[in-house]
Amino acid sequence: MQRKTIFPQKGLPYLLLAPQLAITAVFFFWPAGQAVWYAFLRQDAFGIRTQFVGFENFADLFADPYYLQAIWTTVFFSVSVTVLSMSVALLLAALADREIRAAGLYRTLLIWPYAIAPAIAAVLWLFLFHPSIGLLGRGLNAMGVAWDYRLNDGQAMLVVILASAWKQVSYNFIFFLAGLQAIPRAVLEAAAIDGARPIRRFWTVVFPLLSPTAFFLLVVNIVYAFFDTFGIIDALTKGGPGKATETLIYRAYLDGRVNLDLGMSAAQSVVLMIMVIGLTIVQFRFIERRVHY
Amino acid sequence: MQAAPPADRRRRRADLLTHIVLILGVLLFALPVWIVLMGSTHDGAAIGRGEVPLLPGAQGLDAYRRAWTEGAVGTTRVPVALMLWNSFVMAMLIALGKIAISLTSAYAVVFFRFPGRMLAFWAIFITLMLPVEVRIFPTFKVVSDLGMVNTYAGLIIPLIASATATLLFRQFFLTIPDEFVEAAKMDGAGPLRFFRDIVLPLSRTNMAALFVILFVYGWNQYLWPLLVTTSADVETIVIGIVKMIGTESNIDWSVVMATTVLALLPPIAVVVLMQRWFVQGLTDTEK
Amino acid sequence: MATLSLSGVRKQFGTTPVLHGIDLDVADGEMIVVVGASGCGKSTLLRIVAGLETASAGSVRIDGRDVTGLEPADRDIAMVFQNYALYPHMTVFENMAYGLKIRGMKLPDIRRRVDEAAQMLEIGPLLDRKPRQLSGGQRQRVAMGRAVVREPKLFLFDEPLSNLDAKLRVQMRAEIRRLQKRLGVTSLFVTHDQVEAMTLGDRLVVMHQGRAAQVASPMEVWGRPADTYVAGFIGSPAMNFLAATLLEGGGAAMLRAGPVIGFARAVSAAAAGTAVTLGIRPEHVEPAEGGLPLAIDLVEPLGSETVIHGTLPGGEVLTARLPIPASGIGATMPLRLPPEAFHVFEGASGRRLD
Repeated sequence: MQRKTIFPQKGLPYLLLAPQLAITAVFFFWPAGQAVWYAFLRQDAFGIRTQFVGFENFADLFADPYYLQAIWTTVFFSVSVTVLSMSVALLLAALADREIRAAGLYRTLLIWPYAIAPAIAAVLWLFLFHPSIGLLGRGLNAMGVAWDYRLNDGQAMLVVILASAWKQVSYNFIFFLAGLQAIPRAVLEAAAIDGARPIRRFWTVVFPLLSPTAFFLLVVNIVYAFFDTFGIIDALTKGGPGKATETLIYRAYLDGRVNLDLGMSAAQSVVLMIMVIGLTIVQFRFIERRVHY
Repeated sequence: MQAAPPADRRRRRADLLTHIVLILGVLLFALPVWIVLMGSTHDGAAIGRGEVPLLPGAQGLDAYRRAWTEGAVGTTRVPVALMLWNSFVMAMLIALGKIAISLTSAYAVVFFRFPGRMLAFWAIFITLMLPVEVRIFPTFKVVSDLGMVNTYAGLIIPLIASATATLLFRQFFLTIPDEFVEAAKMDGAGPLRFFRDIVLPLSRTNMAALFVILFVYGWNQYLWPLLVTTSADVETIVIGIVKMIGTESNIDWSVVMATTVLALLPPIAVVVLMQRWFVQGLTDTEK
Repeated sequence: MATLSLSGVRKQFGTTPVLHGIDLDVADGEMIVVVGASGCGKSTLLRIVAGLETASAGSVRIDGRDVTGLEPADRDIAMVFQNYALYPHMTVFENMAYGLKIRGMKLPDIRRRVDEAAQMLEIGPLLDRKPRQLSGGQRQRVAMGRAVVREPKLFLFDEPLSNLDAKLRVQMRAEIRRLQKRLGVTSLFVTHDQVEAMTLGDRLVVMHQGRAAQVASPMEVWGRPADTYVAGFIGSPAMNFLAATLLEGGGAAMLRAGPVIGFARAVSAAAAGTAVTLGIRPEHVEPAEGGLPLAIDLVEPLGSETVIHGTLPGGEVLTARLPIPASGIGATMPLRLPPEAFHVFEGASGRRLD
């Protein structure tokens, strides 16, 4: 963790660290601390008096059936996005890793979507699934399917899941491909000589060796589905219809921005923080244990 | 002519299947963009009536001209040129800012020994666990107390601290051989000179990779600019598009499509042109 | 146990030819070492036999069965890789059992076979470890074990010793030889190391630029190299080559500076006046009064013997390995080049003439 040879200056390192630490303190620790502090406060209706209410905000939060529904929505949404986008990415990566013609071209054509913003992905999907101007949306309606994701809960969920998973495929693809390329060719050849056919080779050798990558991606994808998909949901459904696509982050946004309920919004921030910290710890634990097979 | 051996035939069939699936995968990503690209050259009203065009239309670049200078009807009519400029400034400054402050902090942590070193390292490291979304309102309050709402500074500075970039540079600096430092000391080079003449040139690939990742990160920001920018002068293009489609009535769809294309181009160009460094760097950064 | 037969095996990568038609017949239980410098095509040849590459032309037969178009899985072969290629996520036992499990063998039978092989290779106590917990030598043994348990028709070795340190390499070399003799499995062993090749092989295939320059027993390759490439490749220090012109009768040749050198085996395949290359191994050069004077420019004492380098009056460079301490740099030493020690090669083609 430390180099042997270093420079002796004492003041310089502080100077070098100053910008990063200043920003971190002002825009990370101070607000995070405030979030924790506000989570235990409640303002009266006129915003004049503020009082300490202990865990009351949290108790209210978890007593709120809509919040519990948002948790369930988030879990369902995140698991669907993660599973869908990781499996498509793994399939494409496994194929693009084969020695075929134009493999490099395929890789480029599957990597560029990394650059698409979640909100832009939503706009692109709008042109596919919008009931009156979307290519597929109109097609569905023409076929007699009553398709309007702005009115139907299940359809709304389906569209945000598809758009969110779609946007994340290339990220997963890049990592799976790198993971596949890190597997020594000789190990696969040894398996071929041992008599394993391609499918069996994949499940008994490739997939186990890829599991650290897969686990890492699992965590990243869950975090992505929790937070980064805000733009997709905001652009496509605004959490609706009803509360059908209201995830935890969207709910926190609504409470803070629209309902101006600072205490409740802060309590939600704390809940989200605990979730992220939990995920990060799980991830680091795992990496520590599994970094060498 | 001898028949192909069975192994060859099987391989050829597998190759064909591989190509088919990969082409489908490529189309899955290309098709939505293609629709927007073609649609942007058509009459907006026709698109509104549901005629989804898959071939270039007669309007040419007219929608781009309107978007570029006039923006979309039913909105605040911010010209897309201004939005692009705002997004560009934001993405550039976030990327360069993150790289700059991460380089210096990693350099401090790796090449010096001083009281509080580990504390500083952990303070940076722990911000990994605090994505902007979870502390969004308190952060907004800080920015607003500092009077930075609707400014570039408010848009950019809170996003500039970077644990990821610092960790990457730290990891890389640890691999710089001790001999380099010793040789520099013997040549009489101080820490700043060593930083400029040795460390920076050696970090070029890492910086390039991070630039791509961070530029895309900055360009694609949504929730933060949504809160911090309410005035037209600092509206980014990603926010602008969502506002355009949010009005629901009287939407000029070809302008929306043209704007979408314009919003996609810069980050895609950066990723494709710098693909080699980017892929390497992305997988290094996050492991 | 089986025979292996290659006929007319060619390989091209794109437009670059790598193998120009290799013919080889390996007898049952024989150990063949394919040796050559890097890029000579030896590894490609091995991979074609394994089925990891497809030959552009020609056929591979194992035990008389044409396997040219078959997958590696269907060839009943086992291979030891250069960096061992152990499955990093499996224990030693699982590594060795993997191939048997795929072939549908019952677990008790697998256990018996693995235990047997583990005992033979002295890796019994390691069976529950993962590859990363093993030393290089132990990994090498496991890789061997994985091949042995399969009881295949053919063993293929792809430079399996090159990642070991010098001492371990010598030890494993002897062990591989013993094991191969004991199991009697037909084997193909690829290496770039001539000592490995000489000590391991029943026969050697010396490869040069995609061709088999010579296929023969180690002693024959050393004693009667087929061309100047083989002559220079096998033996250390390398054989001396002197350019000369063949004289009438084919029993002698004249060096550039005039001295005439006689050799025991007269050449009949070439006419007088042909440019020839005379080869003589450094260990065959003897110090002798009245011999050719060698101006010494480097002396390398090796303890039991001394290697001296110098130039002959005609400017030819010569190396000699002498069983005696030699005088120092700058001195001149008279040397005899015994006629019976000479190899005669055609100057233009490098082919052996005598």
